[in-house]
This record gives sequence, structure tokens and C-alpha cells, in this order.
Amino acid sequence: MTDLLKKSAAELAELLAEGSVTSVALTQACLDRISEVDTGDNGVHAFLHVDAEGAIAAAAASDARRAKGELLSPLDGVPIAVKDVLTTIGQPTTCGSKILEGWVPPYDATVVARLKAAGLPILGKTNMDEFAMGSSTEHSAYGPTRNPWALDRIPGGSGGGSAAAVAAFEAPLAIGTDTGGSIRQPGAVTGTVGVKPTYGAISRYGLVAMANSLDQVGPVTRTVLDSALLQELIGGHDPLDSTSISEPIPSVVDAARLGASGDLTGVKVGVIQELTTGEGWQPGVMARFDESLELLRDAGAEIVEVSCPSFEHALAAYYLIMPCEASSNLAKFDAMRYGLRVTPDGDPSAEEVMRASRDAGFGDEVKRRIILGTYALSSGYYDAYYGQAQKVRTLIQRDFAAAFEQADVLVSPTAPTTAWKLGEKLDDPLAMYKGDLATIPSNLAGVPGISVPAGLADEDGLPVGFQVLAPAKADDRVYRVGAALETLLEKKWGGPLLDKAPVLEGVAR
Amino acid sequence: MTTLVPFDKALAAYDPAMGLEVHVELNTNSKMFCGCPTEFGAEPNTQVCPTCLGLPGALPVVNHKAVESAIRIGLALNCEIAEWCRFARKNYFYPDMPKNFQTSQYDEPIAFEGYMDVEVEGETFRVEIERAHMEEDTGKSLHVGGATGRIHGADYSLVDYNRAGIPLIEIVTKPIIGAGEKAPLVAKAYVAQLRDLIVALGVSDARMDQGSIRADVNLSLAPKGSDKLGTRSETKNVNSLRSVERAVRFEVSRHAGILNEGGKVVQETRHFHEDTGETTSGREKSDAEDYRYFPEPDLVPVAPSREWVEELRGTLPENPTAKKTRLQVEYGFTDLEMRDVWAAGALPLIEATVGEGVAPQSARKWWVAELLRRANDAGVELAEVGVTPAQVAAVQKLVDAKTINDKLARQVFDGLIADEGTPEEIIEKRGLALVSDDGPLIAAIDDALAAQPDLVEKIKGGNMGAIGAIMGAVMKATRGQADAGRARELILEKLGLS
Ligand SMILES: [Zn+2]
Repeated sequence: MTDLLKKSAAELAELLAEGSVTSVALTQACLDRISEVDTGDNGVHAFLHVDAEGAIAAAAASDARRAKGELLSPLDGVPIAVKDVLTTIGQPTTCGSKILEGWVPPYDATVVARLKAAGLPILGKTNMDEFAMGSSTEHSAYGPTRNPWALDRIPGGSGGGSAAAVAAFEAPLAIGTDTGGSIRQPGAVTGTVGVKPTYGAISRYGLVAMANSLDQVGPVTRTVLDSALLQELIGGHDPLDSTSISEPIPSVVDAARLGASGDLTGVKVGVIQELTTGEGWQPGVMARFDESLELLRDAGAEIVEVSCPSFEHALAAYYLIMPCEASSNLAKFDAMRYGLRVTPDGDPSAEEVMRASRDAGFGDEVKRRIILGTYALSSGYYDAYYGQAQKVRTLIQRDFAAAFEQADVLVSPTAPTTAWKLGEKLDDPLAMYKGDLATIPSNLAGVPGISVPAGLADEDGLPVGFQVLAPAKADDRVYRVGAALETLLEKKWGGPLLDKAPVLEGVAR
Repeated sequence: MTTLVPFDKALAAYDPAMGLEVHVELNTNSKMFCGCPTEFGAEPNTQVCPTCLGLPGALPVVNHKAVESAIRIGLALNCEIAEWCRFARKNYFYPDMPKNFQTSQYDEPIAFEGYMDVEVEGETFRVEIERAHMEEDTGKSLHVGGATGRIHGADYSLVDYNRAGIPLIEIVTKPIIGAGEKAPLVAKAYVAQLRDLIVALGVSDARMDQGSIRADVNLSLAPKGSDKLGTRSETKNVNSLRSVERAVRFEVSRHAGILNEGGKVVQETRHFHEDTGETTSGREKSDAEDYRYFPEPDLVPVAPSREWVEELRGTLPENPTAKKTRLQVEYGFTDLEMRDVWAAGALPLIEATVGEGVAPQSARKWWVAELLRRANDAGVELAEVGVTPAQVAAVQKLVDAKTINDKLARQVFDGLIADEGTPEEIIEKRGLALVSDDGPLIAAIDDALAAQPDLVEKIKGGNMGAIGAIMGAVMKATRGQADAGRARELILEKLGLS
């Protein structure tokens, strides 16, 4: 592996600017790394589709622009991977599902269009749990992604592909989506940075929805500054998404740079009691969390305890709202216009074709959630389930509002455990769901959150994530505190956490 | 098969309750939730985009103009306008529904609690409006092969998504009770008046024949004196005013037949057939049909400011009842004349014709006396008879200029209905112009006088009534194209009587 691949996107942008590397060379290095580590029985399998030709062409165009001094953005020429849940002209978009196998969208998601307009070559589409339903990427219809830290372990989910691609140095940047933790939890278990921005800060147009009121696109990177650079590039109002925020939010790049000084004097950090005490937290996770907290205190932050009593019900509310929205969103996959079509023998009716196609095209977890959502929305049950869940959602928003009266940011471990073994929780959906305990509340409230690597758990040597949450539209705060913690920890470690990851050379056949 | 009970007999035993659901397709330039054009009659699947095709990832954005039209319709129907309301997903599977849910409104309609006063045979009925809400249209299926043209039994089906996403306003009445034997007329008059209102608002093409206004007729019967509503049937897509009336009549007869035989009316969707005037069973439907409504998470709530609503109130056309009274005075129509005009749905047509410079009585004469007969013969509404107010005005101007007379004008209308061109072209083609050149007229008079010397003597003897017979011969000889006044002058001149 060349040292080039270990550079952050910000560093790569500088190298491109100096002329010490071209975008074509950089993009080719990523493609070579993908060939080296991603394929084969023991490969990372972060990618579902690699667009070598398109990426090199985009890189060459970037080099040509640079020669003329006509750059499109600060990250022009830096390659990126995109989660397979965002539509891309010319590249398949499967959402990890058989039902969309081979579907090539005729339009780009706004985020993809903005990446192209900013000159970033798109390496390909990354693996994910089918329709983003899962916390391990094992529910992909195309096989799981492996954790670059331990290839027999899960990379988190649903965006395990994007996190693993970045952790395995296959791409300096990736795009993820986070409905209940799908950016942050994979970030935590792969030792990378993941940000779920404020709901509406980044357009959802072209994001194949799981739960529209919870879904958020966000950056997946190795450094906090890279995430900030990426969010600034893809964020902002989109007239095609009514729920996107029209007013500007404070600069997250400035905030990341400010935080990198390592000074947090005057910043009030609230520790969420409900997400740091009680059962289910792995000791190594809590040890790294407590150490990180001490570093923040040393950097001048004031640490306070806050209580969010309604978080107890967050998981239950989430597992009603999400399946309700998902059951309706997934109704469009009916074999009539695109995607898989299974025609039963005989003279089947349209309904029979729909039924057979959906039966063959959707995996078990997807079916489970469609059934849950359909049931919960049924006449007579709506108030008891969807209605109650929305009330819990309001209570959680109030808990956040009260907590943010006492603290500028709230913190917790990102996930209760480190990466588990592939297959370990596949037969126990509830155990799997609990992995998102700490991330779900912020989706229900629409507030931003970041996961920053906090070190390795003593008991298994696997990465742990530290989560920072801020009020809606105060994304700058999570970047500032996240960048500060990153600086302080890397100083302590003598370099990035990923330096400790296995090199993975030659894992692919 | 149930025996139909004659309408009058049915109403002797039962009270009908009706509910009307009218879908109005708005004439906005773009669709409800995307920028696609809405023109009628384009090549299939040419006015589509990721959003209205329901492609994965696409999102809706509300058409502001459609909200404006919805509010104006609501205000014109004396409704309250919601301060805050949301769209909802109505979930069900159907191949012409791109997303397998329709983005509609459920328990938060944009407009609610209104009314419209409907006049039937001089009596006013207040039809109460429950709600008017915004939604999107579905695509259109074409089932090829099979006997019925329905999906069952078809060889294959084609779907055109051009119509998918076109903005609709659905206007729902409260149950209309107490209309008794006038129920079919009240239903028809309500839809007609609603259509006129929509036309006056300018928010829709309002063409029932093209489906831009579609009515569903819900009907139930209850034994006379009972205060409970019976089980209803829902007759879908009744596509002309006449059909609204006929559908009500038919369903009254059918329900009465079932009830008289001790049967139970099935709650179901029914289809109306223009040719037979009957309805047939569609799919069975229960109250429990479960659309799993929930608020559309991809759209933000619609919250029209009170200032905007008041501004829109200022753009409303004149109240139809007030307008009717005003025009009757202005036009000098008698009560009887006005009642005929109203019943024929001729008032907007007469108004437009008068607007083209025609005297009100002339306009009335053409529409109510002449064109109404043709519309009835053809089984269509007066507005769809095939002649426009501008054409009526052009014909009347030709009569005023003595180019044609009333009798020839009727033939011009024949030509207009047959689409033979402008009135002038029709006169030319059909050779209808009045003979105003004295030459041929004098020749015809000379012939007539020579042929009937006895009549000449009678006239000369002072029996002026005999002129009529001579005139008849002259008209016959000139194929009716003689200017009668001039002919009379010439006859008298010839006989030395002038
Ligand atoms: Zn469209």
C-alpha cells in the first residue's frame, strides 16, 4: 500500500495542489487498493460496484481543470465512495437488495450531483444492509462486508461498506446515510469518523428512503476535518427536497479547525446518564469513553451530568416509526416499472406478479419490517402504535431541549459494544437492534451527531467510538468538540488510530 | 338479478340519501409534486420524471399554484381554510399508482365545513360541503384484449403515467337528505353549479368529457321516516351531468328492488354505463378497507397565512346566486324564461354570447329554443353541443346584416355542429345566402303572379291575406333564400298597390 492512501482528504487536496500527485494517479491507487483487498472470499467486500472507468475519466477531467487553474472545489480530484442507497446515473443502485439488482437510475441524487459538480471522482457504490435495515451489513443480499480490523467481524451497519472502504484505505472519503446510527455505529466499530448532520442539512433527493423522517446523508471519513470539508460540499438547501433546511448553518470547516487546537475552554459537555450507566455497556467501551471525557476536561471543558429519561423508550418508538414509513416506501417495489420481476406459472394477475416478485426480491429483515409497519399502521392500531411512538418522539425532543439548556453538547459512547463476530447476532434481531441504543435518539430528534475513534477496547483490541451530539443546526459544535478530541487522542497515541489496524495486504484472491 | 322498482314507487317507500364526491383536475402548468407539464393528450409517458414515476429516491415538492387553487375553491364553497394541514399517504397497491400510495390529505383537509346553495325548479337546496382536499391523480391503465376492457381477462395492460401526479381537488359533500323525488335533479344541479363555479374560478378546464371533472355518486335508501342511513353504493366516474341524474335514478330503483325483496344492499363500488344508463358491480368495499393513512414525511405542512387567504378571497368571482339575480334583471328575462335558462345550464353560455355583442333575448332564443333541442337529441349537455358562444354571436350578426334569416341560421348551426367551418364558409358551401339581388326575386314573383291569376285578383280586390300564398310560391322558388320583406314590397309594387 502506498503512503498516499493513508493521507487524509485535506492532505490529498494539498498534494494535488502542489502537483506532487495527479488525481488520475490517486484514483488509480484507490482502484488498485480495492483490487487488492476488496474482492475474493476473504476480501473486505466494501464495494458492490466499482466504476474504474468513470472514476479515471473524472480524475483525468479534474487534472485537466487543474492544469487550467479552474478548480470546482477544494476537494476537486479527491476520489470518493458512495453508499449504494443513493441514485447514480450510469452506475447500478441496488440498496443491497435483489429486488433492485441491475437497476441503473436515470437520475443522480442531489448529493451525487453535488459531488460530480465539485469534481470528485466516484470510485463506486458501497455495500449496505438491504434498504439500510441492519447494524452489521450482513443483511446485504450480496454478502456481508468484513471489518478491516478483523475480517471475521462485522463492520457495523447499515453503512458497513462505506466505513470499511475508508478504514481499509480503499477510499479517502465516503458517503453514508444514517437513520438510526448507520453512519456513526459503523464509524465506531471500524475506527473511523462518521457524522449524521442535522435533519435537513443535506438533501435526501435521490436517497432511497428507509424512514423519511429519520434518514440523513452524511460524511464517512478518517478525520474530523475531512468530514467537515465533505459536509460543506454536499450540504445546503435543495429545492427538490422540501424538508431540507433553507437557512445556512455555521461553518463546520471553521469549527473543525478551531477544535483541532485542542482547546475547549468554556465548552459545557453533558454526559447522558441513560447512555452511560446500567447494563449492556462493554467495559472496554466505557473505559475508552471515560478516558476521552478526562481529556476533554483537561482541555478546559466543563463536564456535567444530564438526564434524558425518555431515551429509555427511544428504541421502541424507533422500531414503530421506522417500519411504518419503510412499509409504505417499499410498496413501490412491485415489479411493474423497474427491478426484479418474477412471473409465476400460468396466467398470473398483476397482484400475483407483485406478490411473487416481492417475495423473491426482499430479504427476511426487510419483510420483517414491512410486516411490522403494515400492522402498526392498520386501522384501529394507528393510535396505539404510530401515534404513541410520535408522542415518545416529542418527549425525546423535549429531553434534548432540556439537556441542551445545561450543556453545549451531549456525549456518550457511540455503540455499547465493539464489532461482534459475523453471524453472531443474525438470529437475534432484538440484540442487533440494541446496538443502536445510543444513536437512535438523535435521529428521532433530528439533531446532529458525530462518532470519533476513542481507542481500542482492552478485552478485544477493537475500535470504540465516542459520540458528540448538538442541538439542531449547531453541527459546528459536534465538529469542534470532535476535532478537539481527535487532536488530544492522536497526541496521546502518537498518530491516528488506524495506524494500528492490520495492513490487509493480499487478502483478496 | 333484482327487479328494478320504478323511481316513483321507490320514492313512495324510501328516502334517498346521497353523497357526492367530485374530483376536479386543476389546470396548473405543472403537476402537484413535480415540474412535469400537464397538457392533455400528449404521447403516453412523455410527461414524466423520477418523482411522478415514483422512482426510488425521488421526492415530492408541493405546487404552490395548486394550493392557491384549492384555497380559492374552498373559499368559493364557503369553507373554512385550514391554518395548518398536512398531506397523508393513502396506501394501496395498483399498477397505475407509481408509488403504491397516493399522496392525498386525510384528516387535515385544506378546506372544510362549507356549503353550496343549489336551485332546482325554483326551490333552493343547501348542499353542505364536508371537505375539499388536495391530492394527486393516478396513471391511466389500458387493458388490451379480453371482453370487458377491465384488467381481469385482459391479454396485457399498458400504463400511461402522464396523468400520474396531476393535481386534483376532491370535494366531498355531507349526506344530502330530504331531496326526495328531486334527488336526481339536485345531484345534477349540484355538479352543474360546481362546474360553473370551477369555470368562473378559472382553476380547471372543467371538461367532464375529458375527465377533468369526475363525479362519484354515493347513494343509500332508508325506509320513509327512518332516521338511519341505509347501506350505500358508490358509483364511480360518472362523466356527464346527465349521467349524474341517471345514475341516481338507477341506483334508487335498484336499491328499492333489493330492499323490497328483503335483501341487503352490498357496500361496493359500481360502474355507470352511459349506453344503458345502468350500473354494474365493481369491487366490494367495506368501511374497513384499510388505506393505512399516515402523514407524508417527505412534505412539510401547508400553512397558508390569513393574509394570503384574504387576498385570495378578493379574487373570487361573483356569488352564483347573486349573479343569477343580477343577470335576470339586466337581461330582462321573465321568471319563466329564467327558469328554463337555468335548467338548461344556459346562463353562462348566454352571458358569453351577450358578451360578444348579441342582444340577450336573441342569445336566449338560440341557446334555449334552438341549441337545447339539438343537445337533447344528441344526449349531450348544452355546453357540449358543438357550438360556442362566439359562433352564436357570429350567426346572429349575419342575421342582423340580413345575410341570412332565422331559418337559414338553423342550417348554419347544422353546419357548425358538423364542423364544416366558419358560419361564412358554411353559407358559401351550402349556398345559404339570402337573395338580396332583386333580379332573381322579380323573376320568381313574375312567375308566381302569372301562375295564379285568381290570387292576383283577390289581392287587387283588397284581400291582402292572399299575398301569403304568393309569398309561399316565391319562397319555394328561391329555396327560402328570399328576403321576405323585400319580396312583399316587390309584389305590391308589381300589382300597383304600393
Ligand atoms: Zn414528474
